[in-house]
Amino acid sequence: MTDPAVEFRNVSMRFGDKVALQDIDLAIEEGSFVVLLGPSGGGKTTLLNILGGFLAPSSGQVFIKGSEVTHVPPARRPTTTVFQDYALFPHMSIAANVGFGLKMRGVPKAERAARVEKALEMVGLGHTALRRIHELSGGQRQRIALARALVVEPSVLLLDEPLGALDLKLRRQMQEELKAIQKRVGTTFVHVTHDQEEAMAIGDVIVVMNDGSIEDWGSPERVYLQPASRFTANFMGDNNLIEGRVTRVAGDRVEVATAFGSFLLPGTAESGASVALSLRPEHLHPETAAGRVTLGQGRVVEAGFFGTHHQCSVALAGHEDVLKLRLPQKRLVQPGESLGLYADPADMVLITR
Amino acid sequence: MPAALLHALRALPIWLYVLLLYGFIFLPVGVLVLFSFQESRIPVPPFNGPSLRWYEAVFSDPRMMDALANSVAVALLSSLVAVVLGFLAAYALARHRLPLAGLLQGFLTAPLTVSYLIIAMGLLITFNQLGVPKSLLTVGIGHVVINLPLCFAILYSQMGEHQANIERAARDLGAREWQVLVLVTVPMMWPALFASFFLSVTFSWDEFIIAFMVSRFDVTLPVEIWSMLRTGLNPKTNAVGSFVFLISIATVLILDLVILRSRKA
Amino acid sequence: MSLSTPRLRSAQVKAWGLLLPALLWTTAFFLAPLGIMALYSLWQRVGTRLVTEFTLQNYHDFFAKSFLLKSLLNSIEVTLIVTLVSVLLAYPLAYILAERVPRRWQRLALVLAILPFWTSYVVRSYSWLLVLSEGGILSNWLLDLGLTESPVSFANNRGATVVGFVHFFVMLLTLTIYANLVQLSPSYRKAAADLGAGPLRTFLHVTLPLTLPGIMVGAFLTFVLCIGDYITPQILGGNRELLLPQAIMLQIARRSDFPMASALAMILMVVVSLVYLACARWLKIDRV
Repeated sequence: MTDPAVEFRNVSMRFGDKVALQDIDLAIEEGSFVVLLGPSGGGKTTLLNILGGFLAPSSGQVFIKGSEVTHVPPARRPTTTVFQDYALFPHMSIAANVGFGLKMRGVPKAERAARVEKALEMVGLGHTALRRIHELSGGQRQRIALARALVVEPSVLLLDEPLGALDLKLRRQMQEELKAIQKRVGTTFVHVTHDQEEAMAIGDVIVVMNDGSIEDWGSPERVYLQPASRFTANFMGDNNLIEGRVTRVAGDRVEVATAFGSFLLPGTAESGASVALSLRPEHLHPETAAGRVTLGQGRVVEAGFFGTHHQCSVALAGHEDVLKLRLPQKRLVQPGESLGLYADPADMVLITR
Repeated sequence: MPAALLHALRALPIWLYVLLLYGFIFLPVGVLVLFSFQESRIPVPPFNGPSLRWYEAVFSDPRMMDALANSVAVALLSSLVAVVLGFLAAYALARHRLPLAGLLQGFLTAPLTVSYLIIAMGLLITFNQLGVPKSLLTVGIGHVVINLPLCFAILYSQMGEHQANIERAARDLGAREWQVLVLVTVPMMWPALFASFFLSVTFSWDEFIIAFMVSRFDVTLPVEIWSMLRTGLNPKTNAVGSFVFLISIATVLILDLVILRSRKA
Repeated sequence: MSLSTPRLRSAQVKAWGLLLPALLWTTAFFLAPLGIMALYSLWQRVGTRLVTEFTLQNYHDFFAKSFLLKSLLNSIEVTLIVTLVSVLLAYPLAYILAERVPRRWQRLALVLAILPFWTSYVVRSYSWLLVLSEGGILSNWLLDLGLTESPVSFANNRGATVVGFVHFFVMLLTLTIYANLVQLSPSYRKAAADLGAGPLRTFLHVTLPLTLPGIMVGAFLTFVLCIGDYITPQILGGNRELLLPQAIMLQIARRSDFPMASALAMILMVVVSLVYLACARWLKIDRV
């Protein structure tokens, strides 16, 4: 079994009284694109800084390709970072910027120039070597920062919310390019973001972090469709969280009693346990079909048009909470409209945390 | 723990350097203050004190006290004039689009680039030519010349778009021009006004060469101290010097506390 | 937007009205005196009279009279030494304050480093006499340590002048260089370290080049303030060597020779302007 590219063993980080990371155990596979996802202050940037060597953990160990690097300074680690503000050296040309890491490693001039040009071509900015940083746009600077980090062929590339400063269209474009480049060079990427859509678009593995702990981790599909915790369910996208109690356990299925009725769905839990059911708005329907149960009759309270669909909030008679559902693009919705709500219990996800 | 010791040893030259440099910086001032409490007539070792006799000598010297009062008066009045002129000029240039604005700005800040000695000489020759007698008034005029550019620059930099919008909001709600100025602009700019006033006072209070060249009988404190230097090393000079030091520090502390408090608000 | 509408015109008039006092003051008490001084530099003082014929005699005398020319050269030498030494001493201190001192204590440490700034300039120079004079602090230390047998004077020479200047400008430069260092984004140094540069190479390749403009501004300020200063050389320099400001004051005080003094002042302004032109490309503030 080959060593994982990165391994965190029992890593904790304290700043005075504040606990930023609590007993993090995580292994990252070689060649994968891992996204650390979570809200601000959740610990993802702290974990990235520990991996990059800018912080030493209060306790625990960090391994890169099997070697312990917990206290190794950034200059001697096989990692490079793409910073949020790019941190391109304003007093150097593009070539000098991209070649800086190679220069530090003593690579001779001619070889340096060749590798710099190759890196620039890879990010789509070939032949800009002699230009200066202030001539570039935000998106272009982003790519130079990427080229600078990749040209030294690190074991792990770290990205600290690099797409935050770009507008939507540019961001989408860069997401695609990042994924393509990662596939091409095969380096392990660890990317930090608070945008769950971005995480799902580019990651092979998403690690959801909150309050210094890992809430959930897995492929984008798994984390979105089968969230392991309430936090994950709510963070990954619009969500209906229905609280309930397990009334019956039948093999690999459980019966959960909720305010909207009792539902039989796949899952494991103890009888009598307090659980929640996660139901995505796109799995709630205004008409019935085979396999669907009735949740109730409701009135549309709010409706917004999002281009591809309508997002509606529906208040059910006799309940305080509203449920969110999606209606097709061409269906006209009026606030105050009456709707029946139907869902397939197989689309409901049992959440025990 | 050898690792920690090694780390401390490597840091040693750094802190040695810092210590030496701080020592260099504080040496003359330390000596000044220490020997202001000297008992005997010479402010050099051995130290036989402490005694307040030289402070008494300073405060009972009529010329010295006059010079002190003159310094305060000149500083306060010239700074007031500088702030008012600077404010009006900054307001004019920041809120109206005037032709040659860049040139005017450069002209008003030009005195910052000329040595005080040359400004003093220019004033001396001019007053001499016009038959204007040397006095505290001419000193005050000179101090306005050196402080006006500073006040203008500070106040102008604080009259940006953000402030302009607030003034527009006031007009929109019905305030007349003078009301906008008095009820909105001036209060809003209060920290900057305060800072430029106090900075001007500090520069004027300490200013020597202009005061030396364009005053005659009534002098400011730095000029009086200068003439004391003729008597060589004298604890009385130490005493008045330490006193000036104390006043300046107190002034800066007040400025700092006021600015700090206004920033928290 | 037409500028001829009555409302806009009255606004413009009002604006000029606000601007006028400051403009008049600067013209009357700054520009005009400079002009008059320039005029005087072309006149001559003969006996007790002012001869208002245009002549370049003063400037000719400047180059002819060796002690006048020497005073300029002395000034330039002293100022260059002071600028260089002050920058070399202040940069490390500013760097240590910005990087090695814990953030909480930085402000206090900085205030302490520039505290003597707040003694009067005259008093500060005088206080160096207390240290350097015969029988002063330094002399006493050497006597106590047995390194000398009788009191020694370190004052009244060029060295004392340099020490007095360096004392002042080290404080000024520590302040300006510190301000420059703290506004440098920490990301640059993180990036350099991340790419493999140790502390020394990070400093040489990144920190130093990025703070150079700030250093140049401080150095220029030091040069201008130092070369035009009369007080420190007069108190600490003694009589054997004159610097240009002292030569200027000599013309005024002893000989009332305003024309000659004016000519010397013009020469001083020219020197400062030349230095400004030489430094101009660093003094342009480039923002990325």
